[in-house]
Amino acid sequence: MADAPKAKKQIIPDKNPMPAQDALERSRNFSEVATGYTRETAMAEASRCIQCKNTPCRQGCPVEVDIPAFLKLASEDDFAGAIAKIKEKNALPAVCGRVCPQESQCEKYCTLGKKHDPVGIGRVERFCADWELSTGVKVPEVAAPTGFSVAVVGSGPAGLTCAADLAKLGHKVTIFEALHVAGGVLMYGIPEFRLPKAVVQAEVENLKKLGVIIDVNSVVGKFATVDQLMEEGGFDAVFIGTGAGLPYFMKIPGENLCGVYSANEFLTRTNLMKAYLFPQCDTPIKIGKRVAVLGGGNVAMDAARTALRLGAEESWIVYRRSDKELPARREEVEHAHEEGVKFALLTSPTKIMGDDNGVVKEMECLKYELGEPDASGRRSPVAIKGSEFIMDVDTVVVAIGQGPNPLVPRTTKGLEINRKGNIVASVETGATSKAGVYAGGDVVTGAATVILAMGAGKVGARSIHEYLQSK
Amino acid sequence: MYKILRKEVFSPIIKLMDIEAPKVAKSCRSGQFIILRIDDQGERIPLTIADYDRERGTITIVFQEVGKTTEQLGAMEAGDYIKDFVGPLGEPTHIENYGNVIVVGGGVGIAPVHPIARDLKEAGNNVIGIIGSRNGDLLFWEDKMRKACSELHVTTDDGSYVRKGFVTDVMKEIVEARGKENIALVIAIGPQPMMRACCNVTKEYGLKTIVSLNALMVDGTGMCGCCRVSVGGETKFVCVDGPDFDGHQVDWAELSKRGAYFREEEQRSKEKHTCKCGCGGGK
Ligand SMILES: Cc1cc2nc3c(=O)[nH]c(=O)nc-3n(C[C@H](O)[C@H](O)[C@H](O)COP(=O)(O)OP(=O)(O)OC[C@H]3O[C@@H](n4cnc5c(N)ncnc54)[C@H](O)[C@@H]3O)c2cc1C
Ligand SMILES: Cc1cc2nc3c(=O)[nH]c(=O)nc-3n(C[C@H](O)[C@H](O)[C@H](O)COP(=O)(O)OP(=O)(O)OC[C@H]3O[C@@H](n4cnc5c(N)ncnc54)[C@H](O)[C@@H]3O)c2cc1C
Ligand code: SF4
Ligand code: SF4
Ligand code: FES
Repeated sequence: MADAPKAKKQIIPDKNPMPAQDALERSRNFSEVATGYTRETAMAEASRCIQCKNTPCRQGCPVEVDIPAFLKLASEDDFAGAIAKIKEKNALPAVCGRVCPQESQCEKYCTLGKKHDPVGIGRVERFCADWELSTGVKVPEVAAPTGFSVAVVGSGPAGLTCAADLAKLGHKVTIFEALHVAGGVLMYGIPEFRLPKAVVQAEVENLKKLGVIIDVNSVVGKFATVDQLMEEGGFDAVFIGTGAGLPYFMKIPGENLCGVYSANEFLTRTNLMKAYLFPQCDTPIKIGKRVAVLGGGNVAMDAARTALRLGAEESWIVYRRSDKELPARREEVEHAHEEGVKFALLTSPTKIMGDDNGVVKEMECLKYELGEPDASGRRSPVAIKGSEFIMDVDTVVVAIGQGPNPLVPRTTKGLEINRKGNIVASVETGATSKAGVYAGGDVVTGAATVILAMGAGKVGARSIHEYLQSK
Repeated sequence: MYKILRKEVFSPIIKLMDIEAPKVAKSCRSGQFIILRIDDQGERIPLTIADYDRERGTITIVFQEVGKTTEQLGAMEAGDYIKDFVGPLGEPTHIENYGNVIVVGGGVGIAPVHPIARDLKEAGNNVIGIIGSRNGDLLFWEDKMRKACSELHVTTDDGSYVRKGFVTDVMKEIVEARGKENIALVIAIGPQPMMRACCNVTKEYGLKTIVSLNALMVDGTGMCGCCRVSVGGETKFVCVDGPDFDGHQVDWAELSKRGAYFREEEQRSKEKHTCKCGCGGGK
């Protein structure tokens, strides 16, 4: 930063707006909502950065992307340089630029944000990554083969990142993925209109260019256990990144009626199986006129917005607390509002009722009010006695969270798990209770974010490399 | 890609295929299933493992054409490839030496019951097999079942082969003749109404009955919850907790309603798939 400009830079207070599809139009199609900066806007936004010496923004990024450096290169029209800088730390910039909760990470700490809009770091990052994908990705150099083989279980952001780093270090890497495509939640959960699947697959293709073998249709714990991979499969180490894929239900009466989906099922049918193209694609999804989505996180917003796109007349978010407590990203809540999603706040269902065919007909709910703040500082909701009322709905999507899938923990000898079923692994190293076995991402932390999972993948790769070197 | 090595046509709607899938063949056990997807537009459908050959690395499936995907599969030939084939999924059937076990296979359910009968006999059980189908043309694997069981009883709904009657009729006769205290366990696999009928009969005798449930599925790994069913008042995921369950605990009404939820869409999909060449209806 020695040659950073001495003269104080002119401050441009406002962020360049992100071009987006019209709200009403987009609420009925599956194309990407935010259409992305142009080259000129990207350069203009990047040049808003005042190149702070102490780089507060970097502390907000879980993988410590050198933000001022890439912004400077981008502002000078050197997108090749900018993307190379980003990729030193972040293997999936096209994904992170789109789905990172920047307002609570990098951009939260931006100096400009104290008085004005923070620099649109994520938006510029996205442009750089898209620029590279459209001009052809340079394959990074791969170290000479080390002769070691590593198995990566799960191909979500944690597994993909871990595999990429290990491959670059010269290890032979095989990813085992249970589904028929790689990408984890990026493919089956986050909707097309927020993260186009072509972007994810482009990143997966880059991984293959590094020599990583991706074995889809491979459920570890079923075709082979982790122990078998190490004892018979010839793998010297294993990284487990199996995510938090087990859907929770409310445990209220009527939850097994037809028309009650877990968010996972609802989104998997739509995204992974492309039910929105039915009958061109064979997997159906059935949606009524009025949809209730239970929960208030990102997953709930995604489900509610998806329901509109599938043709629902009304799509409701039903959430126990108030607007302020909605755990979803503000941007997602706003997008949902703009598109016409309705909010039943301070409301929670008590039972779901069906018709003679066992199909959802209505839902009984209770009204809530906010009580005293609990240990976490959030005001806990208290049910109002006698406030029962009936919501007229014919589809219910349960989006109250996911736990870790028990398949791998249950079948791996000597792997320590906690009360919630998460694998116990060191934050610093990813090491588990079992020698040679590392873990990271949602399976360790519980449902979190893409960038944190990636960070854990990186940590795992570094430790596995050290472990192999010392072998 | 997974190659179809052999195809056998049992009847115009019931077909067998050997699929090259060494990874599945290496570790699968009786009672487990696979999920396949024919092509990029395809649906993921579950089919039980009817047999396996660990050395050749093959899995045998037997399926009945009931809709779009099974019809499209039925039109494929040896030498063709299936896009995705994942397994083994689900928990294997619990095998031990119980003593006298009645094993019932109805219709296409004869296929999945076969390896279970074989394993039970190997484990020392006296396996009383009962197989049945709507008519004689739809019956298959009588020879294989005869070998797998200690004794085999055959019946057809319309009496066009061996004898007239449902599998439940035969089962009742056997239990009456030998005494319910001489039967340790019943395993029944077939269409839902058949399994349900078997359970109604065995419930009267207080005979424990294991059934293999065919809930709708998407991923088959416990991720979506589509396959959930109430068993003994608790919600279970058929794909990971099953597919075998105690038939007397299953909420059959719920299972059958959930299975019918997409009927309209299934019909639309089937109609669109008019041509029989396996092209997927010209899409
Ligand atoms: C709908 C939705 C929206 C979200 N939106 C955002 C967002 O906007 N921003 C954000 O940062 N985060 C978001 N998240 C969270 C984020 O997607 C996850 O935190 C992240 O994907 C976790 O990565 P992972 O690699 O740990 O696991 P996952 O992405 O869950 O991947 C795990 C993979 O492992 C596979 N697997 C599981 N078991 C086995 C097995 N036994 N054998 C082989 N493979 C197995 C699974 O099939 C899956 O592909 C969202 C999550 C959801 C569900
Ligand atoms: C664990 C398991 C094992 C099975 N084993 C066999 C087998 O060995 N042989 C065989 O012929 N069939 C088997 N089935 C049923 C088979 O999966 C369905 O017949 C198939 O999915 C129908 O697809 P389709 O597109 O041809 O018909 P569709 O048009 O989709 O459906 C036609 C009928 O099949 C039922 N069905 C549809 N999808 C499914 C599904 N995913 N799972 C179960 N039923 C469904 C519907 O309720 C409907 O009545 C099994 C199902 C399960 C869950
Ligand atoms: S990876 Fe995410 S947190 Fe880090 S700079 Fe990029 S957008 Fe910000
Ligand atoms: S804090 Fe903001 S202005 Fe300062 S270097 Fe980071 S991005 Fe640029
Ligand atoms: S099929 Fe998805 S959980 Fe069983």
